[in-house]
Amino acid sequence: MRGTANLIMVEGQTAPEAPPPRSAVPLPIAFGDREDKEGSRLSHPSPHAPGFRPGARWARDEEIRSLAPLAAAQTPLVTAHRSGQRVTLAALSPEARSLGLVPGMALTQARMLVPGLDVRDADADRDAAFLARLGLFAARRWTPRAAVSGPDGLWLDLGGVTHLFGGERRMCERILGFCARLGFAGRIAVAGTLGAAHALVRFGGGAILSCPEGGEAEALAPLPLAALRLDEAPLAAARRLGLERIDELAAMPRGPLQRRFGPDLLARLDQALGRAGEPFDPIVPSDPPSVLLRFVEPIATAEAIAEAMAEALRRLVRLLEEAGLAVRGLDFVCERIDGAALAVRIGTARATRDPLHLLRLLSPKIETIEPGFGIERVRLVAWRVEPLGPQPFAGILAGEPAAADLVPLIDRLVGRLGVRRLYRMSAVESDVPERSVRRIAPLDRPAGWPSWPRPARLLSPPERIGDVLALLPDQPPRRFTWRGRSYRVRQADGPERIHGEWWKRSAEAETVRDYFQVEDETGHRFWLFRRGDGEDPRTGDLSWYLHGVFG
Amino acid sequence: MQALPSLDARLAALREEVRAIECAGRAAGRLSLPFGLEAVDRRLADAGLAVAALHEAAPATPALGDDAAAALFLAAVAARLATAQGEGTVLWALARRDLFAPGLAQAGLTPERLIYAECRNDEEVLAVMEEGLRHGGLAAVVGEVGNVRLAAARRLQLAAEEKGTTALMLRRWRRAGADPLGSPSPAVTRWRIGCAPSQTLAVPGVGRPRWQVELARQRGGESHIWILEAPDAEARLALFSLSADREDQAVGAERRAA
Repeated sequence: MRGTANLIMVEGQTAPEAPPPRSAVPLPIAFGDREDKEGSRLSHPSPHAPGFRPGARWARDEEIRSLAPLAAAQTPLVTAHRSGQRVTLAALSPEARSLGLVPGMALTQARMLVPGLDVRDADADRDAAFLARLGLFAARRWTPRAAVSGPDGLWLDLGGVTHLFGGERRMCERILGFCARLGFAGRIAVAGTLGAAHALVRFGGGAILSCPEGGEAEALAPLPLAALRLDEAPLAAARRLGLERIDELAAMPRGPLQRRFGPDLLARLDQALGRAGEPFDPIVPSDPPSVLLRFVEPIATAEAIAEAMAEALRRLVRLLEEAGLAVRGLDFVCERIDGAALAVRIGTARATRDPLHLLRLLSPKIETIEPGFGIERVRLVAWRVEPLGPQPFAGILAGEPAAADLVPLIDRLVGRLGVRRLYRMSAVESDVPERSVRRIAPLDRPAGWPSWPRPARLLSPPERIGDVLALLPDQPPRRFTWRGRSYRVRQADGPERIHGEWWKRSAEAETVRDYFQVEDETGHRFWLFRRGDGEDPRTGDLSWYLHGVFG
Repeated sequence: MQALPSLDARLAALREEVRAIECAGRAAGRLSLPFGLEAVDRRLADAGLAVAALHEAAPATPALGDDAAAALFLAAVAARLATAQGEGTVLWALARRDLFAPGLAQAGLTPERLIYAECRNDEEVLAVMEEGLRHGGLAAVVGEVGNVRLAAARRLQLAAEEKGTTALMLRRWRRAGADPLGSPSPAVTRWRIGCAPSQTLAVPGVGRPRWQVELARQRGGESHIWILEAPDAEARLALFSLSADREDQAVGAERRAA
């Protein structure tokens, strides 16, 4: 298989001094010394992301603030990672390398050698995520078959694509130029096998290496055995035997090698030399499932749009069934003759593939679509999909009736009312009545309240009542006037003392409310409170309010 | 000549016929939720509140206390429907934000059984109620509305009958003059709830609240008035009894419907 390139991001190599001023977004990091991977947490835009401009290479970078402006060629920067008890160096800047540090050295030793070392944490996960996104980009942009190789490289299958980029050499130069704009110094090696490309790029010299057709054996000959992707144990054993280079290994008889080292060593050698095949696991970029319907004549009526919606939904559900996915967010985009695109978006609380349910969520939104002179294309995009998980089934097998599923109802009501107007009430740990309730999502479990008597209707804010006749400090009122009517109290209960919450507002530090449940002669029951305990003037001004009404 | 069947037997047969005509096409014998109080269930046509039907309750006066009483009455009914269904859920559609959840919890409608839908106006409340009824999986749907047109109420009644969910409508007073139960409605029962003085206790305190519960109209039965005590934590109403032995405790006249 001719034309496998292995591209790696190299640390410790300087990029060109004068940065090509081609990047679209000014970055606060100098171009010159960004060799460690940590310097490039730049998220990568994909052609399908919103806001992608083909000329721009950059999206946002959240972590720019973590890198104070690196003055070129001053403080040596290293990243360290911890494995067990040891903290070793993972990546080095060129200054650090020039001072004699090597990757894998213990951090304490490095600190001893170089006093003013700037150490950051190595984040292998984010490096891997970045590499995966770069691989996705490569799979969309350069070649359809790309795979991640190791922690710092990509394999690209160049078979059949080099002519699109001006030939092999030119394509390698363009790829490296792209990496330089990203802030990496890279190396690329083109060979006939995966193993050979891997070995050449990491252990051969030069930025761009090309191995002639069938010439893997000679190209690989001078390289050390570590280039063959072997584990520690066979490598150490081979070194003990005095084998240092690949050509020495290739020259030895195969039988004894197999007996001594096991099959892996020979397998790697064969893969590198092209005698055995190696599986290639390409990154497959996935687009969100979508359906596009084109009309012979533009449609403008609600019924036509509804039918188009139903048909698109049928096809989309078939796509989802084949892929084993279910949708959580759908976009229905109508493209009009004049070029404008109108979108209707729905979301569901749980991943679903039920066409009836989705249609019932989408249909009410048809009225919001303005057809103008006519709609010529309609697109249904499932922008958020999840694999359809298994549903618990046990009760049905035992013969119990299936519990009613509220999620479709919640979806429909949320579609009609909006997500904030459908809720459950849950308890907040607060004595103050108006603060003791809060809204939670309808699918969450709420907490209950303690069983103090509470009214069914609460006035917000509490209404001032007048003409209150009450003995201080803790007697309920005998009479009061509310909303212009006078009430005589026949029975009363209380006081229930509720203290202010000093941690919420400092003005409440000393205030109390004494709540009374009173019943008048006709049987109406009210919840009154008095600000203050009647003894200490700091606790309140002894004004009376009506807060709620009992049933 | 054969002896004529007794008067009671003939009346019972006639009632069966009328009932069969009223619930035309459905299985005879509606599912109903009894109150658990003999004096109340005896006067209800279905020996309880019909489950797959629309019921209305309104406060007796425009006072806020009666409004709270009517809300608690419907909350107690909804809580018992939810318990009867197992882990049922109740949808409460409201237009104003003055409902206090801990008060409902004390009538038996605990927060894990209740979902609130806040609507902008009466039409939206009715639309949300219909949406809830058509789902068919809820235990009850409660809505607070002011004026309801006959056509809209009929849609709710049909939706309730179709899917077997109870629809409870709280008719609130909009203007001080207009009685909410004045306009005709297809509801199976219409109640008027008002506050009544509770028992005078020997010690300072407020006793268990009492309501004057009036069954203003019911389909296939007569109206009646009771004085009941407010629901406890299990959502059970109690009968106000002067002494434990008397059976018929209804205070107030028994009205004959036309």
